[in-house]
Amino acid sequence: MAFDATLETTDHIAKITLSGELDASTAPAFKSKVEEAAKGDVTKLVLLMQDLEFMASAGLRVLIFAKQKMGANVDIYIVSPQETVMDTIEKTGFHHSVIVTDTVPTA
Amino acid sequence: MERIDIHPTHESNGFKLRRGQPYPFGATIVPGGVNFSIFSSHATSCTLVLFEKHAPQPMAEIPFPEEFRLGNVYSMVVFDLNYEEIEYGYRMDGPNNFQQGHWFDKSKILMDPYAKIIGGRDVWGVTPNWDDIYQHRARLAFDDFDWEDDRPLEIAPEDQIIYEMHVRSFTRHPSSGVKEKHRGTFAGMRDKIPYLKELGVNAVELMPIYEFDEFENSRPNPQTGEMLYNYWGYSTVGFFSPKAGYAATGKFGMQVDELKALIKELHKNDIEVILDVVFNHTAEGNEMGPTISFRGIDNKTYYMLTPEGYYFNFSGCGNTLNCNNPIVRGIVLDCLRYWAAEYHIDGFRFDLASILGRDPWGAPLANPPLLESLAFDPILAKCKLIAEAWDAGGLYQVGSFPAYGRWGEWNGKYRDGIRKFLKGDTTVGEMAQRLSGSPDLYAWAGRAPATSINFITAHDGFTLMDLVSYDGKHNEANGENNNDGGNDNDSWNCGWEGPTDNPGINALRHRQIKNAVAMLMVSQGVPMILMGDEVGRTKYGNNNTYCHDNGLNWLDWTLLEKNADLFKFFKHCIAFRKAHPVLRNTWHFENRDYVGSGYADITWHGTQAWNANWSAHNLTLAFLLCGKHAKQGREPDNYVYVAMNMHWKAHWFEIPGLPQGMQWHIFANTGANPGEDSWKPGTEPLLENQSGLLIGDRSVAILVGK
Repeated sequence: MAFDATLETTDHIAKITLSGELDASTAPAFKSKVEEAAKGDVTKLVLLMQDLEFMASAGLRVLIFAKQKMGANVDIYIVSPQETVMDTIEKTGFHHSVIVTDTVPTA
Repeated sequence: MERIDIHPTHESNGFKLRRGQPYPFGATIVPGGVNFSIFSSHATSCTLVLFEKHAPQPMAEIPFPEEFRLGNVYSMVVFDLNYEEIEYGYRMDGPNNFQQGHWFDKSKILMDPYAKIIGGRDVWGVTPNWDDIYQHRARLAFDDFDWEDDRPLEIAPEDQIIYEMHVRSFTRHPSSGVKEKHRGTFAGMRDKIPYLKELGVNAVELMPIYEFDEFENSRPNPQTGEMLYNYWGYSTVGFFSPKAGYAATGKFGMQVDELKALIKELHKNDIEVILDVVFNHTAEGNEMGPTISFRGIDNKTYYMLTPEGYYFNFSGCGNTLNCNNPIVRGIVLDCLRYWAAEYHIDGFRFDLASILGRDPWGAPLANPPLLESLAFDPILAKCKLIAEAWDAGGLYQVGSFPAYGRWGEWNGKYRDGIRKFLKGDTTVGEMAQRLSGSPDLYAWAGRAPATSINFITAHDGFTLMDLVSYDGKHNEANGENNNDGGNDNDSWNCGWEGPTDNPGINALRHRQIKNAVAMLMVSQGVPMILMGDEVGRTKYGNNNTYCHDNGLNWLDWTLLEKNADLFKFFKHCIAFRKAHPVLRNTWHFENRDYVGSGYADITWHGTQAWNANWSAHNLTLAFLLCGKHAKQGREPDNYVYVAMNMHWKAHWFEIPGLPQGMQWHIFANTGANPGEDSWKPGTEPLLENQSGLLIGDRSVAILVGK
């Protein structure tokens, strides 16, 4: 499945919906959405991952980039990751830096 | 503004190129592409070979244009590479003359010695494709982990309590309780950090985690048909890469992140990370071994060669890295700096370190440049440097390893002395030295007690349970007719060879284990315990389990329940050590009172107070540490009295008196019933009779005066 990333910002919450496979060739598209989100006045970055099927290390790097770009005051939520994606996030320890949840947070 | 040097100047096979930067060596991601740099003193030409990940054949071969060579370094930027999806290697052309030491063969694809990730053995134990033309495949790594504010912990050397362990063995056993996918990996180890924290150790020393090939010399056991592996990994393929097969994410090439996440989490829990590094030889083995990297790049530079061109074998493993050649010295230094800076490693333990002090012809050097460089390096300045101060070529340097005020040593004499005392046959005179930080070995050279890494067991040799359960080694499972492994075990089986139902023997074994750890934790210097000793782990008498991927190496976590008394005793002894700075002095005892307490810093006693019996056959010894002298008087502490009775009969020990107002409390007595043989520090009960106590046969008591 082709990769897709869409951004929607409402009430200081930036939501990026991800689908398909996030690897080195598609990570730049995700990264540019993060940069776009960081330009707004946001308090939460929500990554909707239920349709994301795979994440390679380039994808992980964008998560790290997102955390640093958004700053310490912005919480990052990972919503409904699939098992393989969650596994990657856990093994590399990134789950300590984000909030993993099954419900979309609201303001 | 954009840099002007990021545009291609050359083209080859459709790849855009530019002259590269010779430094840093290896493959580095640069704007627009990748900078490849490799050196060889004797090559006549070099070709970069690029593969798509896992592909059987290269996708491109790009010869380095001659004008890209600077000195002996070939460097080149290749633009527009999808660097997450490629693997790279080199072909080197040059002389091929065995006697002169040259092994150039451009039909072979060579791994970059500076490779940061190595593919080819991505998942542990999966049989490799032996027809693959490129077995160990260099890849590129990102150096951008999110460390937050982490950095090496810099725990004072004398405050360390080291746990020597093997990453795979720690959680591979099904009883480990970690997720099946995490078993035997860095991620699995991270799941078990709470256990290490509870035990109380503050440093883990990881047996080799650099990329190695578990299939090196793999073979079926002639008796059982079971596969034997290069399991421990003391044979390096790549010095800059973590072992992919130790990462649950190895199949995705994410081992760098997984290992860094482990280190970061250990640091958060105040646990340092020491790597066991093997610079004495490589996985290329002897003349019959595989050509992986060094041999094809610059054999004569990297290895010690006889005048006839054969490999010197000071390592016992086929070849010897030429560590005091300036080029090899450089790569060792680059490597350690990389691990310190990029992985936040707290210290290194050097396998067969005496080899690192030999000149290119094998003679021991008085002032080895490599050891000196490491000791004075600014990046490594706070890293612990620990030598295994001997080699397989007969050089034994415990007490005389060239230290430059920096190097610690695995104290083999401590191990041997304590083992002999435990089984009742050493002199108390030697014990006094070992318990007080081995001043006979180190004080004269101005080296601190923390120079001495005190250990009774390590990966080589018996576990502590086996030390008290076997008189001799039982290495049949290694397939070498029980000829491998050391014979000088100084062990005693307590009356029966191997497991037994005899409750008396089992009780004695548990007591001996407790005696051992009690002595270890009250010794000046740095204690090191072997993974699993705290729960009575056995290897069934095998003292050289380097080749077993099974229960001979895997930690059986059900022992934690079975031998709960041992775990509790270890935990208490570790906590006691941490609670008492008087056990962790910065400098050696002076055997006098230099703070005006009325007590010398250390005094020796026997069954009579103030009267140690130093005769050769005596098996009782006691000592008193004056708390006012703790850490040279900087951190006042309680008084500590330790009495050791290694005789087979009980003895009454008269206890030295305390200053007015203080009383003796009993922290541990290994002769007491389990449950009452040790107390959580701070809760020690008052000793009933303040003038003496009966210490049972083969027992140790520790009192605290407060």
